[in-house]
Amino acid sequence: MIGLLADVVGRVSDQATTSTTTIPVPCSISSGGAKITSVCSDTNSLHISVAYRSILPVLVLVIGALALLAISAVLPKRSRPGLYALLTVAIGGLALIASVWQWSDIGNINAHVPAGAQAALNYRLAHQLTIGQQVFYDRFSVLFMALVSVATILGAMTTDSYLRREGLDGVEAYVLMLMAGTGAMLMAASAGLIMLFLGLEIMSISLYVMAAYHRRRTQSGEAGLKYFVLGAFSSAIFLYGVALVYGATGSTQFLEMANFLGANSLSHNGILLAGMALLIVGLGFKVAAVPFHFWTPDVYQGSPTPFAGYMAAVAKAAGFAGLLRVLDMGLSTQQANWRPAIWLMAVLTLLVGSVMAIAQRDLKRMLAYSSISQAGYVLVGLQAASSTGTAGALFYLFTYTFIIMGTFAIISIIQGRGEARNDLGAVRGLAKRRPLLAAVLLVFLLAQAGVPFTTGFLAKFYVIQAAVQSGQYVLAIIAMLSAAIAAFFYLRVALLMYGTEGEAVAGAPGVSGGAGVSGGAGAGDGSILAGLQPIPSLDGATATATLLDPPAVDEKVRLPVAVALGICAAFTIAAGLSSPMIDFARHATTLFNLK
Amino acid sequence: MNAAYLIVALPITGALILLFGGRRIGDPLSGWLATIAAGGSFVGSVIVWASLLGRSGADRTVDKQIFTWIPVGSLHVDFALQLDPLSIAMVLFVTGVGSLIHLYSIGYMKGDRSYPRFFFLLNLFLFSMIVLVLADSYLFSFVGWEGVGFCSYGLVGFWFDRETAAVAAKKAFVTNRVGDFGFMVALFLMFGHFGSFSYSAVLGPLASGHSTLAGATATGIGLMLFLGAVGKSAQIPLYMWLPDAMEGPTPVSALIHAATMVTAGVYLVARSAPILHYSHAVLWVIAIVGATTALLAATIACAQNDIKRVLAYSTISQLGYMFLGEGSGDYTAGLFHMITHAFFKALLFLAAGSVIHALNDEQDMKKMGGLRKYLPITFPTFIIGYLALSGIPPFDGFWSKDAILDSAWHMSPALWAVGAVTAGLTAYYMSRQVALVWLGQARWTSDGHEGGGGHGGHGGGEPHESPWVMTAPLVILAFCATFGWLLNAPFGGLDFVNKWLAPVFPSTIDPAVHVGTGTKWVLGIAVTAICFLGLGLGLTAWRKVDRPALEPAVLVHGWYIDEAVSAAVSGPLTRMASAFSFMIDARVVDGAVNGLARFTSGTGRQLRRMQTGYVRNYALGIGIGTAVILAFVATRVGS
Repeated sequence: MIGLLADVVGRVSDQATTSTTTIPVPCSISSGGAKITSVCSDTNSLHISVAYRSILPVLVLVIGALALLAISAVLPKRSRPGLYALLTVAIGGLALIASVWQWSDIGNINAHVPAGAQAALNYRLAHQLTIGQQVFYDRFSVLFMALVSVATILGAMTTDSYLRREGLDGVEAYVLMLMAGTGAMLMAASAGLIMLFLGLEIMSISLYVMAAYHRRRTQSGEAGLKYFVLGAFSSAIFLYGVALVYGATGSTQFLEMANFLGANSLSHNGILLAGMALLIVGLGFKVAAVPFHFWTPDVYQGSPTPFAGYMAAVAKAAGFAGLLRVLDMGLSTQQANWRPAIWLMAVLTLLVGSVMAIAQRDLKRMLAYSSISQAGYVLVGLQAASSTGTAGALFYLFTYTFIIMGTFAIISIIQGRGEARNDLGAVRGLAKRRPLLAAVLLVFLLAQAGVPFTTGFLAKFYVIQAAVQSGQYVLAIIAMLSAAIAAFFYLRVALLMYGTEGEAVAGAPGVSGGAGVSGGAGAGDGSILAGLQPIPSLDGATATATLLDPPAVDEKVRLPVAVALGICAAFTIAAGLSSPMIDFARHATTLFNLK
Repeated sequence: MNAAYLIVALPITGALILLFGGRRIGDPLSGWLATIAAGGSFVGSVIVWASLLGRSGADRTVDKQIFTWIPVGSLHVDFALQLDPLSIAMVLFVTGVGSLIHLYSIGYMKGDRSYPRFFFLLNLFLFSMIVLVLADSYLFSFVGWEGVGFCSYGLVGFWFDRETAAVAAKKAFVTNRVGDFGFMVALFLMFGHFGSFSYSAVLGPLASGHSTLAGATATGIGLMLFLGAVGKSAQIPLYMWLPDAMEGPTPVSALIHAATMVTAGVYLVARSAPILHYSHAVLWVIAIVGATTALLAATIACAQNDIKRVLAYSTISQLGYMFLGEGSGDYTAGLFHMITHAFFKALLFLAAGSVIHALNDEQDMKKMGGLRKYLPITFPTFIIGYLALSGIPPFDGFWSKDAILDSAWHMSPALWAVGAVTAGLTAYYMSRQVALVWLGQARWTSDGHEGGGGHGGHGGGEPHESPWVMTAPLVILAFCATFGWLLNAPFGGLDFVNKWLAPVFPSTIDPAVHVGTGTKWVLGIAVTAICFLGLGLGLTAWRKVDRPALEPAVLVHGWYIDEAVSAAVSGPLTRMASAFSFMIDARVVDGAVNGLARFTSGTGRQLRRMQTGYVRNYALGIGIGTAVILAFVATRVGS
């Protein structure tokens, strides 16, 4: 299927080539005066050689999804609960193995780079720009493929018990998850805007359906619809940006764009900059950067909880992969123009995310704003426009996957049947009821707050370090301040979990003042925001006092969920002590230095 | 060599198990678990020691990497262990004595409410101490340094429901912080000058004479390191916390305030010998502070009535000896005294604990007496410890003290004289203690002391010998105190400690101290005579219990130094602190924080209005955002 896609894309570019026979566009890649000839013979023919190795994990996911559909058609409905989840875990595992193999395969390729700049460039382009020059086969891609594989495994493990509890068991959830993963992988591996857009759409459409997956919850349907409408809106903006950039540079390929912009200085760069701005908007929507974040709280709140975790991990990672590819590769010459824009977005994202999260009473909305704030840190790494910053961003995305999926998995446990309790009160006294679960949640909360000896700390450290190294002291300070603000609402949840009933009662006098405020401000809320009431003051005890009692729901933790939580928590702590992950992330930035 | 990991891993594993499962493991079992962890650590130390023995002297330094801790710019700090003769000597005696005290605690702490917490802290303490001595860099050592400080706080204040214990713990912690400040300044200076914290990078070139150090730098770093040591090892002027720290359970006093934590300063100074070599001023400061502390603490010990406070002041005094030895340039003598002192002082503390245990938590020596008949094992072991501390040959205190005094003589006869007087005083106050506790008439009542005590348990009845888990460590330590001197006897080629530590203190930085054999004999005999004099005086004078003339108030109150410091420092500081807390903290800091919080939540409330829930508004928001970005890039067009 992918071969077919690439084939189609290739033909399109071939037609462009044949119409202007004198200038073979795809062959105009040059670097430092060194012309490339070896790759051109491939693209000029109608036949596109498909280097399957470069999209191995994608193939695994796609074939796996098709196989799941086939199996479900053969088997009687509801034949064996958990079978699809098991198969999805297996598919994700295969994809992970494939990406690990790819990692070492690229190591082999890198080991045989011939001497000489021109020869090395030709070699690299021949081996690492594959499938009609549409797919990069580099460690950057592979890191994201591994990330998506991990997210798929964790997602399948945590989804199963949720779906069964909600009576939604079926193959579709897993197929959608696999397809969303496919799109995300393609985004990360894309070598041009066309492939990036294809990946974006494959992923987004699956995610729209996933958001609306809970048939009996109106909120879920609303979330899906909102996500779809706004997503389509942002896709249109993105496409317009693609068109403008193509108009300005004559190519949709990142390397060609970079070469063109490096070799020529544009007398009128308005079109290019407008295109760049629109690309940033389109991708900024996917990563939920302020001011393109409005959909996030509503969608996360409405989506089935494990899917919200999957979205937060995968969609964000893929969006950032796209941003890094576009800005750091395609438009790397335009740093002076996009860095201030990203700077502003980072500041807004950090502050709005943290501040808004404080005002939330709904766990999923709080996490939505928290994930917005976390995206701000990745933007800080992106803004540094250095390999340290990129490595920090990659590290951030990879470790955040474990943290956020674990957190949402725990929320899906404690919310109870029908997502009855998503408010903060649901976690009250959790430490007494489920000490282990509370401890694991505490790990995730501390990691998100950036407490040392967790991956969250290292991640924040690396991106802020990158900001400092690139001289962005103001941004670094804002990022740290935002972490301080954010610590409040993470620790509030921890306080609720470990606080005793007595403390909550002691804070009762503060309630009366807060009730009036919430009554007054509540009117402005939209239809689905029943759970959203402002916290009257920042006094922790007062905040807890106004909450409802914890639910008497059955918080059974099934084995797969327990295993997934164990993996997430173990990774968060183990990789937080001293992390070889950052070395992987550093390796994954190598292609950016192809100069 | 890989047993080194075991040394570190076992205590922390034990601590973690006890932290999370201590309550479930329960009363005696958690104690045994901790003891096994400590014992295993000791076994690991022995294995490492043995494998180091198998190497030639020059390459008895092995680095064991655990993981990279801080890779920031040019600063690269590893979690790594350095196994060399000095660290192995330290870890051997730390884990050895530590294991015995763990064992003893099983009996002593029996029935305590927080039994698992006690052993958790003990194991954590042992871990920190091991990290302190095995670390391969000053910074990693500092981690252990702070760790022992914290555990000491937790253990001194173990019975925190007693006001005095809580205050003492706070005092110990705060006083230690002053020293820690010095350590940190030393770290900063060191990084500024060497660009590294690791022992091999900082000390290696200095020790081998490949580089030199400016005198001023060496003095600065040395003084600051010594300030750290002064805090941890309770020297003038930061010694006041140690007597108060006797509020902790007795095994804690033995473990922390006799055998291990207080020796951290001695270790630090010995470790830094290559730096100190470049500054004679610092060596003089160390020697003088040590000698003065030894004398001052010994005088105070003569008039104390609490059985543990006597030993506490004695510990301060003996630590002063160790610094006197190190300041005189004889690090080996200082370290040897540290080892022997660990034996006999741990023995004395544990024996005192056994007495306290037998008398249901009575600590006033004036209310003891005639106990020798009732405690048939504790008594002889205590006497061995007493003779060793008093410097009576052939017990090991004599030999190590003698070595230090020889070096002091080499430095300056005045220092020797101070040391000799201190030796006499030591024999005197220990004799007083023996006379008051063990000899004479019983002044305790057999039914008196119900209701006292954190570990509860016994009702009235006659004093009784402690269970075997408590007496066995006493016997082992008594054996060590009797024969420990064979580790480093100054004759017959028996100076094992000297030979073992020789690679750590090469002659380039530690020229041998030459005191003629004849002089040595004369000095030794003179000191021994003084000791016997003190012994006789003490035993005869304290046949009577009430001798107010021999207990002047000025000594009872420790020269009023504590009071003076409290009045001069603590009082104004407390007032300043409360002023700050009411004015600055409540108004300015809290005001700023609360204001920020109010501002944040207010902003959040306002921002929330944008979150209407209507898709059209969201789309408008995205549109406005797009417009803003487009407007921004429009300003960049053409640039």
